[in-house]
Amino acid sequence: MKRFRELGLRNRRAVPLDAVLVEPMERFHESVVAAVAEGWRLAAFFGMPDGSDQTRLIAILADDPGGELGATSAMVGDRYPSLTPVCPQAHAFEREIAEQCGVIPDGHPWLKPLRRHPPDHLPPDRQAGSLDREGYPFFRVEGEEVHEVAVGPVHAGIIEPGHFRFQAHGEQVLFLEIMLGYQHRGVERLLERVDRDRAVLVTESIAGDTVVGHAGAYCGAVEALARSRKSPRGQTVRGIALELERLANHLGDLGAIAGDIAFQPAAAYLGRMRGECLNLLMLLSGNRYGRGLVRPGGAAFDLTPVMAGEMRDRLQHLDEELEPVLALLFESASVQARLEGVGVVPRGACVEYGFVGPVARACELPRDVRHDHPWGSFRFAHIPVATAWAGDVLARALVRRLEIQRSLEFTIEQLNALPKGPARVNCGPLRANELAVAMVEGWRGEIAHVVITDAGGRVRRHKVVDPSFHNWAAVALAMPGNEISDFPLCNKSFNLSYAGHDL
Amino acid sequence: MFNWLKTWLQQGIRTSRFPRDGADFPERFRGLPIRDPARCGDGCRQCAGQAPSAFLKMQPHGLVELDLGACLFSPEEASACSEGAISYSRDYRMAASTREGLVSPTGEVELARALEGRSRKLFGRSLRLRSVVAGSCNGCEAELVALGNVVFDLGRFGVQFVASPRHADGIVVTGAVNTNMRGALEKTFEAVPSPKLVIAVGACALSGGPFRGSPEVSNGVGNLLPVDLWVPGCPPHPLTMLDGLLRLLGVIESGKRDRS
Repeated sequence: MKRFRELGLRNRRAVPLDAVLVEPMERFHESVVAAVAEGWRLAAFFGMPDGSDQTRLIAILADDPGGELGATSAMVGDRYPSLTPVCPQAHAFEREIAEQCGVIPDGHPWLKPLRRHPPDHLPPDRQAGSLDREGYPFFRVEGEEVHEVAVGPVHAGIIEPGHFRFQAHGEQVLFLEIMLGYQHRGVERLLERVDRDRAVLVTESIAGDTVVGHAGAYCGAVEALARSRKSPRGQTVRGIALELERLANHLGDLGAIAGDIAFQPAAAYLGRMRGECLNLLMLLSGNRYGRGLVRPGGAAFDLTPVMAGEMRDRLQHLDEELEPVLALLFESASVQARLEGVGVVPRGACVEYGFVGPVARACELPRDVRHDHPWGSFRFAHIPVATAWAGDVLARALVRRLEIQRSLEFTIEQLNALPKGPARVNCGPLRANELAVAMVEGWRGEIAHVVITDAGGRVRRHKVVDPSFHNWAAVALAMPGNEISDFPLCNKSFNLSYAGHDL
Repeated sequence: MFNWLKTWLQQGIRTSRFPRDGADFPERFRGLPIRDPARCGDGCRQCAGQAPSAFLKMQPHGLVELDLGACLFSPEEASACSEGAISYSRDYRMAASTREGLVSPTGEVELARALEGRSRKLFGRSLRLRSVVAGSCNGCEAELVALGNVVFDLGRFGVQFVASPRHADGIVVTGAVNTNMRGALEKTFEAVPSPKLVIAVGACALSGGPFRGSPEVSNGVGNLLPVDLWVPGCPPHPLTMLDGLLRLLGVIESGKRDRS
């Protein structure tokens, strides 16, 4: 771990690419496994073409209690020994590497496509690997009374596409497998090819409900690579926008959970209040999702004193209106009974698989980038980490309720203490041959963007890790033992992004 | 029970009075983009290639055309003109019946016309739609969901999203139509009984949006299906969608906007 520390990598601090160790495969394997055993978390793991036929595997590890990041790497040809058997956190990353770079992790317990697309990060002289994008075997349970239920990609509501395959005995789910990739748009490859003005618009469209989060992570990486000065006011405006985004989505999620259990009053009231928060983002940025606001160097729109006052008044009013509605929802015995014990994620699985965000916090794992790897205004104003312990739908709802309260307090406080100065400063060209990691605690959890530049200061590799990438496995783990009819409620309590996963 | 009644009274009725009124937008809202010919007349063409989208189209003879279908409504697309000739108005009405209706030199949109004859009779008072998401970011879907909340309350106009294409009168397509969803989109369309409508929502479905040019997407639904209503935006405001739908159903008068 000492070698990780010497690198000096932090959230939004760039390091020379040469400083990242290139270890022999065996050593690389050992370093990653040892770090994870010590409590570090695999925040990103990806391949980058290097030379004519080699791929450089790069692992970014996070020490959450210490607030540090580490990176190590290894060169591989077309195969390497898989990490997943000893480090389950790597399971989806390794499927992704096999698909993107054509590098096969030998010994991966179940290697199959992740998003089903042709390799888009293949070294020039390398042929595509043996991964068959059409072949997607599902796990099957055999038995006389066992049946299979297939759902999707087109769902019964206004929902993104994904395929769910249940193995069930009567109503009881024995196993759930989730096949994704239907929203794949080639985001990473696109980000590596377009200029900065267009790239920021692409990052705003990685997940349309996490515009501020993803654009914030991208801009954080760009600013680190450009050694840009920071605008305290711009950072605060971004922080306010991030919390408004969290408020809107958490309120919407609680409303949707209420809707799924047919508790209509709370569903109707919270659905409207979600819109109130989106309208505050529109007041600030001209768009209900905060598009156009977060830009390299700060914020494209400043908060005028009049606007800050109006926003504060409206948030205070929202706070007053919200309290009785949340009380109605959480204090109804029928609601509690319906949410308790449904869709339990075991705490051990959170640690093993590296789940993030409210999913982890609902299992008493206090992971929060705002707290562990603070940036911008979160360095100065701390938001207490909200946790619950049961890991069920109720716990995930409770975490959201607490976070709504704390985000409201934080936002109102920040509006009262806006730093002076411009909201945006100039952000120059990127330094050559460097690596930067920028992380944001989006409303779903940790968003990580890793940007690596080439000798000309152009983007050579842009790795995007949406919190959903870590957390989809949690939905599959939470279902066995529940009834199929509880799946919508369960799924809603996670509300993961298909677009963010599929890129 | 007492608490239920109390919150019910506290909350009151929040449904907007749209289309009569209720379309209030803040000062910074980026609605219909407009080009001021007075500031852009001599064909300087400096904006060529400046916008981070395919919003500005260069025509022969130095003429610039605005393509709302490709507009991402970003501040950068307006600032592509250093003379300030392009700006966003607060006009939210911009859904059109044809793709060409979204392209003009000044930003004028040929607003959607009402359905005619049999279609109007069939769908005018009751329209059931099936949503198909094909390579989007979930922004347009979030606004489609918002159409169902108590403020916009789509149901009061007889429009409803249904669970199966077999129950639907048409489909709403969002997303740039990517390789992995193309087949499912075609099958869903086929499963809808005729006559049927196709409504394309958002910059992705209209032109590929921010993903335009990626080998994984096909730059919108127009090449694949016959579209009856084109709703621009990234994502479109719920009222932009609602306005388009109500024009299609003949609830709002058709024709060109008044430029007041």
